[in-house]
Amino acid sequence: MTQISVRVDGADYSDDVEPRTLLVHYLREQLGKVGTVVGCDTSNCGACTVHLDGEAVKSCTVFAVQADGSEVTTIEGISSNGTLHPMQKAFHEMHGLQCGFCTPGMIMASIDLVNDNPDPSEDEVREGIEGNLCRCTGYQNIVRAVQQAAGEMHGRTDAADTLGAQS
Amino acid sequence: MIPAPFAYARPSTIDEALQAVATGGEDVKILAGGQSLIPVMRLRLAAPETVVDLTKVAELRGVREEGDAIVVGAMTTHSDVLSDPLIARYAPLIAEATETVADRQVRHRGTFGGALAHADPAGDLPAVALALDAEFVIAGLSGRRTVPAAEFFVDYLTTALEEGELLVEIRVPKREGWAMHYEKFNRVAQAWSIVAVAAAVRMEGGRIAEARIGLTNMGPTPLRASAVEAALAGADATAEAIAAAAEHAGEGTSPSSDLNAQADYRQHLATVLTRRAVSAACGL
Repeated sequence: MTQISVRVDGADYSDDVEPRTLLVHYLREQLGKVGTVVGCDTSNCGACTVHLDGEAVKSCTVFAVQADGSEVTTIEGISSNGTLHPMQKAFHEMHGLQCGFCTPGMIMASIDLVNDNPDPSEDEVREGIEGNLCRCTGYQNIVRAVQQAAGEMHGRTDAADTLGAQS
Repeated sequence: MIPAPFAYARPSTIDEALQAVATGGEDVKILAGGQSLIPVMRLRLAAPETVVDLTKVAELRGVREEGDAIVVGAMTTHSDVLSDPLIARYAPLIAEATETVADRQVRHRGTFGGALAHADPAGDLPAVALALDAEFVIAGLSGRRTVPAAEFFVDYLTTALEEGELLVEIRVPKREGWAMHYEKFNRVAQAWSIVAVAAAVRMEGGRIAEARIGLTNMGPTPLRASAVEAALAGADATAEAIAAAAEHAGEGTSPSSDLNAQADYRQHLATVLTRRAVSAACGL
């Protein structure tokens, strides 16, 4: 066992983990952060995406020991006092999901994208979330949601006006 | 799946890492970004006795200038490469190829040195290192040695790294004023290259004075397209001359046949992508 200290969604944890424990399993099974899901198990689908020191990573392809001394943010840590993060709100308003399984990873990857690129074009959104697979939606409303949230996160109001959700 | 159990070492210096490798037993794996190693361990295609994790070896990260070369630390992540001003100025081909590697999440973890040491023939960076004449600085318990790219890639997933050695940095000659382009062909997002071509050209007036072409996935190792380079040297930078030179791209290659492409199709792709890569580099 190896001891690790991590800060997850604002709380500090110190735990003994087996070196082979994947970060996603540590989050789900040891900390109960089951909002982060395991999709493909092969580093393809991105459903397990979390932020490690502010950068999106696939938590099924990081050992928990590699997160020692780091800060992890999961889908459970992005709302504040019951108010949804603008990206969560936009996925809700734009119907950016159907079954919802890819959604935690989509949202975490999209926040990471918009942090780097405050006003992504449709192509830039599609490329920016290429590491996340959605088998339901065809991505149309996901792209709309990301663009709406980008506007809100960076204080613009135009995005919401020009991109009505599909009825 | 969950990897088989292993002993874990987390050194914080290169010397400690070399010691950990030396004392790790028969089967030691070095963990850089883990974006290839962890999936392979999860499938239990690898079940090392010891994993030496370089995450905390700070001296392996970053890009610096040293005379007529830039030096890229082996643990510099792909996303750090993408925002590095020295790479943008002196070796933009590296950034262009890196941008096509996998996806954002993988690029946040995956490292320049890890991708090169893994030496996957479908990986994008080996052919770039070869085209740019990079040198590989390798540390062992008895000291350091430097291996040119042409000798580093030995065979499928096999490099000049000996047991107990560690790739610490990669020296890339500055090529200011060269024009470069990486042309990649794959079927879907975040997929490996079926074939890709790394091109760097030095122009003099309207002519190509010198060209360096690296091929991805056209054999068990990255290859230089020497016949194309010879045909381009001194040629006019015209669509016709570039197309004629690119016809030689398949010469001396031995691509595999797999689900994505037969060998002869890969050779066809190499000529087409070489033409596109050189044309784009020349601004055509």
